Amino acid sequence: MLRWTKTTSHKPRVRVSPLTSAESVLKIRSYMPILEIHNLVKTYTAPDGERTTILDIPNFTLEPGEQIALEGSSGSGKTTLLNLIAGILTPDRGQIRVAGKDIALLPESVRDRWRAEHIGYVFQTFNLLHGYSALENVELGMMFGPGVDKEFAAHLLERVGLRERMRYRPSQLSVGQQQRVALARALANHPNLVLADEPTGNLDRRHTDEAIALIRQICGENGAALLLVSHDYHVLGKFDQVRKLDEINLAAQAFAEAAAP
Amino acid sequence: MSATTHSPFLAGLYLIVRRSLRRHALSTTVTAASVALASGLVMAVFSIADQTRTAFTGGKIGYDAILGARGSPLQLVLNTVYHLETSPGNIPWKLYQTIREDPRVDLAVPYAVGDNYRGFRIVGTTEDIFGRLEYQPGKRFEFQGKGRPFDAKRREAVIGSFVAQRTGLRLNSTFNPYHGLTFDETMRHPEEYVVVGILKPTNTPSDRVIWIPIEGIFRMEGHVLRGSGEEFQAEAGKEIPDDHKEVSAVMLKFKNPQAGFALDQTINKQGKVATLAFPIGSIMASLFDKMGWVNRVLILVAYLVVLVAAGSILASIYNTMNERRREFAILRALGARRRTVFSAIVLEASTISALGVLAGYLVYAGILAGAALVVRAQTGVVLDVFSGHQVLYLAPIVMIVVGALAGVVPAFKAYSTDVAANLTPHS
Ligand SMILES: Nc1ncnc2c1ncn2[C@@H]1O[C@H](COP(=O)(O)OP(=O)(O)OP(=O)(O)O)[C@@H](O)[C@H]1O
Ligand SMILES: [Mg+2]
Repeated sequence: MLRWTKTTSHKPRVRVSPLTSAESVLKIRSYMPILEIHNLVKTYTAPDGERTTILDIPNFTLEPGEQIALEGSSGSGKTTLLNLIAGILTPDRGQIRVAGKDIALLPESVRDRWRAEHIGYVFQTFNLLHGYSALENVELGMMFGPGVDKEFAAHLLERVGLRERMRYRPSQLSVGQQQRVALARALANHPNLVLADEPTGNLDRRHTDEAIALIRQICGENGAALLLVSHDYHVLGKFDQVRKLDEINLAAQAFAEAAAP
Repeated sequence: MSATTHSPFLAGLYLIVRRSLRRHALSTTVTAASVALASGLVMAVFSIADQTRTAFTGGKIGYDAILGARGSPLQLVLNTVYHLETSPGNIPWKLYQTIREDPRVDLAVPYAVGDNYRGFRIVGTTEDIFGRLEYQPGKRFEFQGKGRPFDAKRREAVIGSFVAQRTGLRLNSTFNPYHGLTFDETMRHPEEYVVVGILKPTNTPSDRVIWIPIEGIFRMEGHVLRGSGEEFQAEAGKEIPDDHKEVSAVMLKFKNPQAGFALDQTINKQGKVATLAFPIGSIMASLFDKMGWVNRVLILVAYLVVLVAAGSILASIYNTMNERRREFAILRALGARRRTVFSAIVLEASTISALGVLAGYLVYAGILAGAALVVRAQTGVVLDVFSGHQVLYLAPIVMIVVGALAGVVPAFKAYSTDVAANLTPHS
C-alpha cells in the first residue's frame, strides 16, 4: 500500500473547524455515502430569456473510495453538475450531500471552507494560478483549507512526476504537466472526494492513459472517492464503473423526447 | 508539526499580496511614490507650522516686555526679538532713563538699529546685554574662546555665531558698518570697528546680530538724532546732550508680573508717546492667529494631497481587477472566502500605502532639511527635523488607514466576483 503515512513528519492534522464532529461521525460510519444527490434541479436562463432545465437528477450516490466515470456529450451539463457538487453553483432545488452535509444549505463562507477541506477539483481548464509556481499552486490549495504542509505538497508533486519542475510557473509547463499540477493541487487537503472534469482533454492517447492511471492510483492511495466526467470513450474505458449522465438526468430525457419526431 | 504554517490564512494573504505587488511593480512604485510625496508633505507642513509657532511663541523669551515708539506692538516684537522688519520709530533717550530707574523694572536694555554689515543687523546697546539679559529663561549670552564684551567707549563689536560663520569675521577682525538695514555697498560708514567677542550659538535670531556700544550708533557719521524734536549731529570729542539721544526700543525685565500690567496701563492706555509690547508671548500668538488662515489653507492642501494619493491607490488597484477576476475565482474555488479576497485587496492597498509612508519619511526629512536651512538663514530659528511632533506618527497612521479605505472599492469588486462565471477562461 502506497498510502502516505510518513508518520515522523506527517501526523494526522488536528482540525479546528466546527465540522470536526461531523467528520469523526463520518469516519466511524464509513457506510455513509460520500456524495448523495436527491431531486437536484438546475436551470439556466438562456439569452432569449427562456429558462432551460439543464439538470434534473432524482438520485445519485457515491460511496467512500468509489471511482465512477460519468459519460456525457458536450453541453450535457457535466461541468455544471461538478460545480454544483463543489458548491460553486447553487441548485434551484434539491439536496447535494457531501460527507453528510447538504452543502446548498451551508452559509457561503462555511461552504467555501467545506469545499477546501473535503473536495478536490481538477478543473476542465485546470485553473492554475498563473503568477505562482507549481509548488505555490499546491500550497495555495492548502492555505484556505486546513493548513499548509510543505512536505506533503512537495510529495504530491513528486508523485505526479514533477519533482524537477516544482518552481516552474504554469506558463513554463507543458499542458500535460499543468494538468498534473492541477491533480496534485486537488489532492492537497486530503479530500474525501475528487471531482475531475474532462482531465485529459488536451492529451494524446499515451498521456491520457498515464493521466487516468495516475488519478485513479493517487485517489486510491489517498482514500478519496473519484467522480470523473468525460465524453471520451477511451477515458471512460479505463473505468470499471461508467454511468451515463443522460440516464440519471431526467432533463436530458425530456429533451430527447421533445426532440424525437 | 514544523511543516505546517501556523496561520495559513495570513500566509495565503501575504503570498497573494506580495505576488500582486511584484507583478504590478511599476504601478506599485508610482503609487507608493505618490503616497510618499503626500505623507512627506503633510508631515512637513504640520511639523513646520507647529515648530515655527513654538519657536516664535513658546514663551521662551527671557525678558518680559519691549518699550518702543507708538505703534504696533507686534512690529516692536518682530524688530527687537527676531531682528526682523524695520523699527517702528524711535523713542527719546529720556524715556529709557526713566523706565530704567522705575522701581518696578529689574533690567532695561536699549536697542538701537540703523546699520548693517553685509546684511547682518548692527544693534547699538549697553553691556547689560551680555552680563544680565536672559535671551531665554535662564540663558545668557556667552563668549567663544577669549571673547569679551565691548567697551562702551570704544569702537568695538561683539558678533553672533552665525555672523562669524557667514562673514568670516574673527576676533580682532575689523569692519566698517553700512548704513541702513539692507546691504548697499555705497552706504559705507567711515568708522572702523574691531571684533572683540564672538558669541556661542544660541539657536535664536540673535546669532545673526552684531552688537556695538549704543554710543557708536549715536556717533556714526551721517546719523541724525531727533530726541529733542530738533535735528542734531554728534561731533567728535564732544559729549552728546541726553536730550538729543534716542533709541529704537528698550528690552525690559520686570521685578514681578503685576509691574507689566501696571505699566501697560500707564504707557499704552493713558500715555501717548510710547508703546509697551507686553506680554511678548501673547503678541506673537495673536500674530499666528491672524495668520491662521494660511495654516488652514496649508492643512486643506495637505488633506487634498492625501486624497489624491488615496485616489491613485484606488485607481491603480482597480485597474488590475479585470485581469485578476479569474485569479479570485480560482482562489475562491480553492476555498478562499469572499472576505479573504476582500482582505487581500485591502491589505494590498495598505501595503502600498505603508511602503509609501516609509519613503515619505525621506521626503519629509528632505523638505524639512531644506526648510530648516531657509528658516535659519532668514530668522535664525532652528527647526528640528526629528522633533517628536505627533504628526510624525499620526500622518503615517492616517495615510495607511486612508490607503486601506481606498482599497475597499476594488476589494468590493473582488468580493463580488462570481466564481462559476469566471472559472473558465474567456478570450
Ligand atoms: N451561465 C450560463 N447561462 C446559461 N446557460 C449556461 C450557463 N452555463 C452553462 N450553460 C449551458 O448549460 C449547458 C451545460 O453546460 P456545461 O458547461 O455543464 O456542459 P458540459 O457538459 O461540461 O460540456 P463540455 O463537455 O463541452 O465541457 C450548456 O448547454 C450551456 O450552454
Ligand atoms: Mg464541461
